Amino acid sequence: MNSTAPVGSAARQAGVRPLVSVRALSKKFSNGTLALRDVDLDLFPGEFVSLLGPSGCGKSTLLRLISDLSAPSAGTIEWPGADSADAYGKAEHSLGFVFQEPTLMPWAQTLDNVTLPLRLKHMNAGEARDRAAAMLDLVGLKGFEKSYPRELSGGMKMRVSIARALVTEPKVLLMDEPFAALDEITRHKLNDDLLALWERNRFTAVFVTHSVFESVYLSQRVVVMAARPGRVMSEVMVDAPFPRDNLFRTSADYAHLCRLGSEALKQAIDA
Amino acid sequence: MRKRATNSMSADLSTTVSSAKGTDQDAAPVFALEETFLGISKSRWPGIIAPLVTGLIFIGFWEGIVRLKGIPSYILPGPIIILQTLFADWATLSIALGVTLKITFAALIAAVSVGVALAILFTQSKWLERSLLPYAVILQVTPVVSIAPLIIIWVGDVNLSLLICAWLVAFFPILSNTIMGLSSADHNLVSLFQLYGANRWQTLRYLRLPAALPFFLSGLKISGGLALIGAVVAEFVAGTGGTASGLAYRILESGYQLKIPRMFAALLLISTSGILIFLTTSYISHRLLHRWHESAIKRES
Ligand SMILES: Nc1ncnc2c1ncn2[C@@H]1O[C@H](COP(=O)(O)OP(=O)(O)OP(=O)(O)O)[C@@H](O)[C@H]1O
Ligand SMILES: [Mg+2]
Repeated sequence: MNSTAPVGSAARQAGVRPLVSVRALSKKFSNGTLALRDVDLDLFPGEFVSLLGPSGCGKSTLLRLISDLSAPSAGTIEWPGADSADAYGKAEHSLGFVFQEPTLMPWAQTLDNVTLPLRLKHMNAGEARDRAAAMLDLVGLKGFEKSYPRELSGGMKMRVSIARALVTEPKVLLMDEPFAALDEITRHKLNDDLLALWERNRFTAVFVTHSVFESVYLSQRVVVMAARPGRVMSEVMVDAPFPRDNLFRTSADYAHLCRLGSEALKQAIDA
Repeated sequence: MRKRATNSMSADLSTTVSSAKGTDQDAAPVFALEETFLGISKSRWPGIIAPLVTGLIFIGFWEGIVRLKGIPSYILPGPIIILQTLFADWATLSIALGVTLKITFAALIAAVSVGVALAILFTQSKWLERSLLPYAVILQVTPVVSIAPLIIIWVGDVNLSLLICAWLVAFFPILSNTIMGLSSADHNLVSLFQLYGANRWQTLRYLRLPAALPFFLSGLKISGGLALIGAVVAEFVAGTGGTASGLAYRILESGYQLKIPRMFAALLLISTSGILIFLTTSYISHRLLHRWHESAIKRES
């Protein structure tokens, strides 16, 4: 178990090459909406970053651009820290995406939902199944391999979704308000579980949320965005050590950082 | 059967208070078997018994009125005479039934293959859909009775003409439902497939086809009945006799000869076939969807 200083921020300070480098990124939709304007953002290997901002500030758009699901209108997204790239120069295997909804295939059992990314990469069925089963075990869903999504609770479906995103061992995990639809107790539990997974696997996490409290609790760096047009306003560094737990949640440090976050968010909304 | 996980994720975190109680593992599914009677689950029996009783009461009334009023069998035969005729004429009627069913099933199979194949082609190429779909609609809205004579003249072979007519009636619901189903996959799932670099075939095989299944099956339920209707209607139009003719011709023939009980017997066979086709397609649909699709799930409250 890892309780050392945050790798992400340390790497950042030590001048390590970023894993993903976003420069002067803009996105204008065909209906004229300027969803993002001149966004600069570096993601360092192994860090946990939250994107915090009011509705419509382009958080989802930014994630879709980073994952190459949509093309930028201007600017670049580079992967200087990725060692393998496919024929198109895209970093392969290096992305996992968790949507706000669990987005599971309702016709497939839990295990088949988790093997999907591996099967799409033509991994042989036996190995894919073993890896998916191990991943399900890790998110606490052993025994549910044969359940269909409709037989699972909201929180369990979200765990399956996270397992599916992590089964390819991505370098970057993008999460778009993954826990927004869950109740607070489940959300706290999943926050803890997510941090445990992150400390174990040390992927780079990008976590979109509306909640200042959630962003401060989870991340090393909170990137605050403003809307119309979508842009990065400020950053709040959260230097609290990991593992974080309820002690951190009730600490004065946490309260202070949340206040900083709230002020930054308020400025972003008023801007 | 109850499975339990021993090491959950939170268990390797010393800082987390972990306990085996109240975790998701404790809620691991227990697949209890529903109580059944004669192989059918008990909760389904009322849905079978109620219509049966209604039918029996109706048949009783029918027989009673026919007897009380002394209605001659060439105007309205009673259920008992109809049944007797069915057994007496079984030799001819069963051949006719076989002919009609053969055309119906051949038409249904053709409707499924052409409907699904066209739907897949259309969703792969927007241009193909734009150029061909309007003609499929025209074929659908033109009453089959009005083009059946033409088809019979052009094709020559009667059975093949009947098959084409029945197919024409049956294939559209499958085509339009499957098109709808293929394009109704969750857009985030589509994004996910794109993210993992799935090719067209993988997206079709693992995403679009399963997503289209419920839509296809509801099309199949409609088309099963339509194929039978198409086969019967077309045979009425063709009006050809001989030993290899189907139930529609037996009805026409009985009409000419005023053998009304036989007409009813043939009608009974058509209706029974229709019901059996519907039950079969419903059963297939239930088998394929009951574990996952909202329409087929029995919610426990
Ligand atoms: N496909 C699209 N076509 C046109 N405009 C779009 C599209 N997607 C998003 N937008 C617009 O771009 C802006 C940013 O949208 P985006 O979904 O990225 O915001 P968000 O920060 O994720 O908001 P939320 O917190 O509500 O999810 C919004 O004004 C939205 O209306
Ligand atoms: Mg969003």
